[in-house]
Amino acid sequence: METPNSRMFARLTDARGRLETGRTDMPQIIIDGRSIEATQGKTIIEAALDSGITIPHFCWHPALSVAGNCRMCLVNVGSHKKDTDGSLMYAADGTPIVSWIPKMQIACATPVADGMIVDTTSEKTVLAQNAVMEFLLVNHPLDCPICDEAGQCKLQEYAFLHSKGQSRFDEEKVHKEKRVELGPNVMFDGERCISCSRCIRFADEVAKQPVLSFVQRGDKVTIRTFPGTQFDSQYSMNVIDICPVGALTSIDFRFKARVWEMSFTDSVCPGCARGCNIKIGVMDNSVLRTEPRTNMHVNSYWMCDHGRLMAPSIVNEDRLSGPMIRSNGVLTASTWEEAISAVADSLKGLKGSQIAVIGSAHASNEDNYALARLASDVLQTSNLDYVKHNDHSFGDEVLRVNDVSPNAIGAHSVGLTPKSDGHGIDHMADRILRGDVKALIVMGEDLGSHSVALAEAAATVDTLIVLGTHNSVTAKQANILLPMNSWAESEGTFTNMLHRVQRFEAAVTTADTSRSMAQNKMSRWDKFGAPNDRWMQGVRRDCRLGWRIVAQVASALGVNWPYTSSSEVFQDLAKNVGAFSGMSYALLDAHQGLVLGKASSPEPAGVVYESHVMKPQ
Amino acid sequence: MANITSNTESQRLNFWEKLYLPEIARGLSLTLRQMFKPTFTRRYPEERWNPEGSYRGRPVLVLEEDGERCVACGLCSRVCPALAIEVRAAETQDDKERYPEKFEINMLRCIYCGFCEEVCPEEAIVMSKDYELVFGSQEEGIFGKDKLLVPVAQLQDRLEFLRQWR
Repeated sequence: METPNSRMFARLTDARGRLETGRTDMPQIIIDGRSIEATQGKTIIEAALDSGITIPHFCWHPALSVAGNCRMCLVNVGSHKKDTDGSLMYAADGTPIVSWIPKMQIACATPVADGMIVDTTSEKTVLAQNAVMEFLLVNHPLDCPICDEAGQCKLQEYAFLHSKGQSRFDEEKVHKEKRVELGPNVMFDGERCISCSRCIRFADEVAKQPVLSFVQRGDKVTIRTFPGTQFDSQYSMNVIDICPVGALTSIDFRFKARVWEMSFTDSVCPGCARGCNIKIGVMDNSVLRTEPRTNMHVNSYWMCDHGRLMAPSIVNEDRLSGPMIRSNGVLTASTWEEAISAVADSLKGLKGSQIAVIGSAHASNEDNYALARLASDVLQTSNLDYVKHNDHSFGDEVLRVNDVSPNAIGAHSVGLTPKSDGHGIDHMADRILRGDVKALIVMGEDLGSHSVALAEAAATVDTLIVLGTHNSVTAKQANILLPMNSWAESEGTFTNMLHRVQRFEAAVTTADTSRSMAQNKMSRWDKFGAPNDRWMQGVRRDCRLGWRIVAQVASALGVNWPYTSSSEVFQDLAKNVGAFSGMSYALLDAHQGLVLGKASSPEPAGVVYESHVMKPQ
Repeated sequence: MANITSNTESQRLNFWEKLYLPEIARGLSLTLRQMFKPTFTRRYPEERWNPEGSYRGRPVLVLEEDGERCVACGLCSRVCPALAIEVRAAETQDDKERYPEKFEINMLRCIYCGFCEEVCPEEAIVMSKDYELVFGSQEEGIFGKDKLLVPVAQLQDRLEFLRQWR
């Protein structure tokens, strides 16, 4: 006997049969009148995103499992209506007649099927999305003025697009716990939470620390850690970025600035050889925070807490400013001209074999290339190397790797390795103590991080020339000290452990330039402030780009390089070093970085998903 | 532009006006009449003017009994067309979570447009009746919280005006 259930079952079997025969490998679907070839097994929201259509959503995230609980992505789904004889039906004006599924479907959990017609913009769909927004806002407090998320909030964004601007809810809002520390870095505000469960799924699936859970039910629902645990994963702070509202905020950043008061500069994390793509938030020329930037080839959507928290201190603390020369045993301030000519004077009488050059896996490809070129072309020394930094307790299975320097591959690739008749860093201490090395040039390194013996030996060299960012032990031992831009003050490239060359821009400006001259990203206050405004008085250190100092030294020794910008140094590098050939800053930007030796065959650019970001001013 | 030679001022005058003396008498009589009408000027600063609630004097922060209303959201700073306002927030243990650690208005930049008052979600910054601003240096022109905070009792006229008309 045929029942409604058995009829439905027959249809399902029929659909499965079609799947197995492979007739619907690339299902054709129509979204808002656009015909799209989707991939089998994808959901409507994914297929739409691949074609550049964004369906409003809160709980869905491409890297997390589908929860389908926010209901924001409701869309109207149907198929082309067929007549009793199986022919497609058209209206009098030739448009297809669609038989809609009576209730709206959630785009994040509905797989695409051949012939599916989806509508995301009609009155009915928008009405449903507006209704969902109204429900979500019922218990959401109106504390945007206090909330750190304001300005880059998904709920604000959709409240603007999908709500009336007024609430019909007269009753008192539900009160929940506020200011709960879920872990050392993450603060939770229960009232702002819209229960999308993104953080819970992130903790389970990405951070692999399943300690978060919903407790209570209905409008009392809130999120807690399991008793006796805290959310202290090395990736915990990513939940702050994916939280579509301000329920999860950074304890470190809390209330330091409003997002629109900062400028955001695209950069690369210097914390380890992964080279996670980041954005640096800067206010008053000082780094306030960093957040991940989507790059599916490197870090996808995430970065680790260590990388996120260390950036401000790297740039702001214990920095060198102004060149110094040792006279009568004491480092005293000098001008740049004096310091550069002192370097040239100390190097002039020496043979190449009496000079050793140590570059840095913390410095950019451009800086290291200039240094390698100085060593081989100008000083004619074969003794050049760089310091490796490995911390075997640092790596993990997600992003972090044991090499805790951002550019070891790059330093190696641009030629910072001992020539056949030269000596590497492992023999450097012996060579110095034997008196073979009269002058040692160190760029961006604390030699103590290689070995205590090398650090002690370096102190005995006749001339120790240090191009340094921080006031390290090596910097204190220097005979001539030349302060160098840190990565946040430099424009350049790093080569990560996957041999991917990635570009970063300067986020912070230095003493001899200004934000507008250096073409740094600028906030409204940077753009329109006058030089005597108090907020324009941020610290600007007297330091220079590493390659610029090296070029000045070369010039003082009689060799002029025509470099005027980092981009020109990179062009020269791409011309002379085979692995980099074909690369340029424009290409690196266009492809989110290029792999060494494969500049001519970059990976296809995929869709870059960003959940919610600060809109340009 | 061509030289104008027709319909000049002297051509427009009629006979009596060209005579000059009657016009003098008319002008003097106007002056004489004004002397017996009420005056609008006053002997400032002995006699001071007290503006209505609608007057936009220097912007001030409302001080309640339990502290300032301001939560340092920075919207006034964002909307200020002259970039006169600088706000830095800090955390407090009160329910409202944040307060302005630093709130400065550069009165040399302020143009009294009232946008800050209009945008304020907490009705914490309002335009006062204070129009007497004198400073001896640029630094003195930057008002900090000490000069900006005004007890709510002194601002009732303006708050009433905002309730009624905003």
